[in-house]
Amino acid sequence: MIFLAAYNIQLRCVSVLSLLVLTVSLAVTPGASAQVDIFEFDTDEQQQRFRRLSNEFRCPMCQNTNLTGSTGGVAEDLRREIHRMIMEGMTNPEIEQFMFERYGDFIFYRPRLRANTILLWFGPPIFLLIGGFIAFGVWRRARTINPANVALNENQQARLKDLLGNKQ
Amino acid sequence: MNKLKFFMPVIGFIALAILLWRGLALDPKTLPSMLIDKPMPAFMLTTVEGSAVSNSDLPDQIFLLNVWGSYCLPCLIEHPTLMRLSEEGEIPVIGVNYRDRQDLAIEWLEDNGNPYAFSILDEDGRFGIDLGVYGAPETYLVDADGVIRFRKVSVIDERVWEEEFIPAIAELRAESDQPQ
Repeated sequence: MIFLAAYNIQLRCVSVLSLLVLTVSLAVTPGASAQVDIFEFDTDEQQQRFRRLSNEFRCPMCQNTNLTGSTGGVAEDLRREIHRMIMEGMTNPEIEQFMFERYGDFIFYRPRLRANTILLWFGPPIFLLIGGFIAFGVWRRARTINPANVALNENQQARLKDLLGNKQ
Repeated sequence: MNKLKFFMPVIGFIALAILLWRGLALDPKTLPSMLIDKPMPAFMLTTVEGSAVSNSDLPDQIFLLNVWGSYCLPCLIEHPTLMRLSEEGEIPVIGVNYRDRQDLAIEWLEDNGNPYAFSILDEDGRFGIDLGVYGAPETYLVDADGVIRFRKVSVIDERVWEEEFIPAIAELRAESDQPQ
């Protein structure tokens, strides 16, 4: 939320072209990432894993915000849990399983491939394929129309001439 | 055959419209609980008043587990219903004091009345995570074997009690056929 607020301020500043306020809001933005840095890690690798995991889990309370960007109570608790599990030496799949057992598919921005997420994963390519087939069919039919079939025969030509002649 | 082909896009459109229309009726804030038909997570904590409490202290009959906090305004809305249920002895109500301060929780219970047989103190929200809680109020229906059978996110007032909990409890009772 802090980050969002700062971002909002930035947007507004750009629109009124107030360079001064833009500078102020830019100066405020780095403070938002301090949220991640209150945890201590032994190695850079652990810290990077923490960043990656809290970016990939979705906050169950605020929805459409990841754990990193959320100031919700439950997000705070879950970040703390991720930190604890990393420090206890749990692997990423183990941490993901921990989250899944409690919050389900919703917690993942990239849901697991399961029976009830299959449509989510394969729906778009299936629709693309269907659309592709239809487009191909239309294109093929347009191509196979023989100009000879379209051309008028003598009788029709005569009638056309007659009609046009009458009009003129 | 050709007629069918002609109507295909219309049929497709209607099917999609029905699907999306139904989707509008879903509440995106209500997530399905992962703990349905799973046993209550193990806990060894204290009550809000400070005495030790664990799974063995839970009632061995169907009960409500209500997640609350002194900061939680909707909890005040459902409070009269919980008070009535517990005063009339309709069902035992156990509280989970979620992400709150002990002194504020005690004060809240004194000010508003205490519908809970006891409230589990979960100051750091760790027990809440095991339950899959994402914010107070939430109410779980737990059966006599300590298995979670139903969850309601947000307020349980008289209407929600009538429409959702009474049928769910009736179903549980019919299934286990236990005398109450």
